[in-house]
Amino acid sequence: MPVEPRLEVPRTLDEAFATLATAPHRPIAGGTDVMVQITGEIGPAPDRMIDLWRLEELRGIALDGDVLTLGALTTYTDIRRSAVCREHVPALVDAAATIGAAQIQNRGTLGGNVANASPAGDTLPVLLATDAEIVVGGARGERTIPVTEFWVAYRKTGLAPDELVLRVRIPLPAGREVRFRKIGTRRAQAISKVVMALAWRDGGRGWSDVRLALGSVADRPIRARTTERALEGRRPTAETADRAATTLAGEIEPIDDVRSTADYRKVVAARVLHRLVRDAGGW
Amino acid sequence: MNIRLLVNGSPVELDVPGMRRLLDVLREDLGLTGTKEGCGEGECGACSVILDGQVVDACLVPMSQVDGSTVRTVEGLARRPARSPDRRLDELQAAFLATGGAQCGICTPGMLMAARAYIDAGGGPDEDAIREAIAGNLCRCTGYTKIVEAIAQAATPQAEV
Repeated sequence: MPVEPRLEVPRTLDEAFATLATAPHRPIAGGTDVMVQITGEIGPAPDRMIDLWRLEELRGIALDGDVLTLGALTTYTDIRRSAVCREHVPALVDAAATIGAAQIQNRGTLGGNVANASPAGDTLPVLLATDAEIVVGGARGERTIPVTEFWVAYRKTGLAPDELVLRVRIPLPAGREVRFRKIGTRRAQAISKVVMALAWRDGGRGWSDVRLALGSVADRPIRARTTERALEGRRPTAETADRAATTLAGEIEPIDDVRSTADYRKVVAARVLHRLVRDAGGW
Repeated sequence: MNIRLLVNGSPVELDVPGMRRLLDVLREDLGLTGTKEGCGEGECGACSVILDGQVVDACLVPMSQVDGSTVRTVEGLARRPARSPDRRLDELQAAFLATGGAQCGICTPGMLMAARAYIDAGGGPDEDAIREAIAGNLCRCTGYTKIVEAIAQAATPQAEV
């Protein structure tokens, strides 16, 4: 039987903050990551935990002007079913649909994906490509962290021990396109070998505000800024696609691990980017 | 932690650690061993149950999150029609029998519950949709063909005979 760590079950966010102010507690939301750890088979199980599942303050998807806000407890199923998400960030819906299968999507949360800080977290490249912000908070108040600064090292975030992820804010600039692509061993239940999100605005004379974000190719989700510069100001032509793909293969430094090899990841990342540019160019 | 929930229509009250897995409560505390443990990490779906209308892996749900909830397990599929002494198989169970959708049987309870949630949510006999609905359930015997056939059969609106 798995260990059964001590658990606090706050009814309100303020209660949760008060508990976290007394001592660090490992949060559990949908449980799809942390429940695997209480078996103790893949490392020490957490000692003290705090259950966030009933904190209604952390639920809900809201469109406010040109910002979409998703509560930390928004599940992947919530995202897939949300008309607002489908209209404004279909790439996030695409990402949610690739995570696990129905059982995982019904429990796993966006806040959990963000806080768990896996380099393979499938929504994370979408958040990077859309210039999202992570709103975190605790008894000392709230603060907003740009997503580019949130994952600071392998599985490490900018969260203080007494803070929780509260919401994710996604700005929705006019005319922005975002595409998502995941490469795994199978369509469902796969952890990514390479996962990618590409965003741009097309003013007619070339792409601007290009964002290219990848997972599973570094110790954390990253932006490929050299490749972004190779795409900035360009039209999605064959020449652009070739140059961007070559640049990306030279820019990323993935590793060999149980799921894939460095060589495979470079080739596939380049190929996926090439195809995204080609699709955008319609050639 | 004091937890109250409905399991297959019957009220249950338990005093258990909040982090105990729903799977362990079903199997150990309630003796409902139809729900199987395969991988214990959300990969195989053998422990699939329906929690408040959604299919979940019972190995990934702590008891603290089911207080006040409704759980349906494979034992709750067959029902007794009014004025009948015997329980009648759910149409999915009947279809699995008819098509040969089970071999060793370990995945079957989870397959049935994932399929039940799919049909309850309005899912039809479309093969791609069925394959997506059971993508979180691994079977190492059948090759899935008979399972998909069974679900399609149960999901097909019955013509009046």
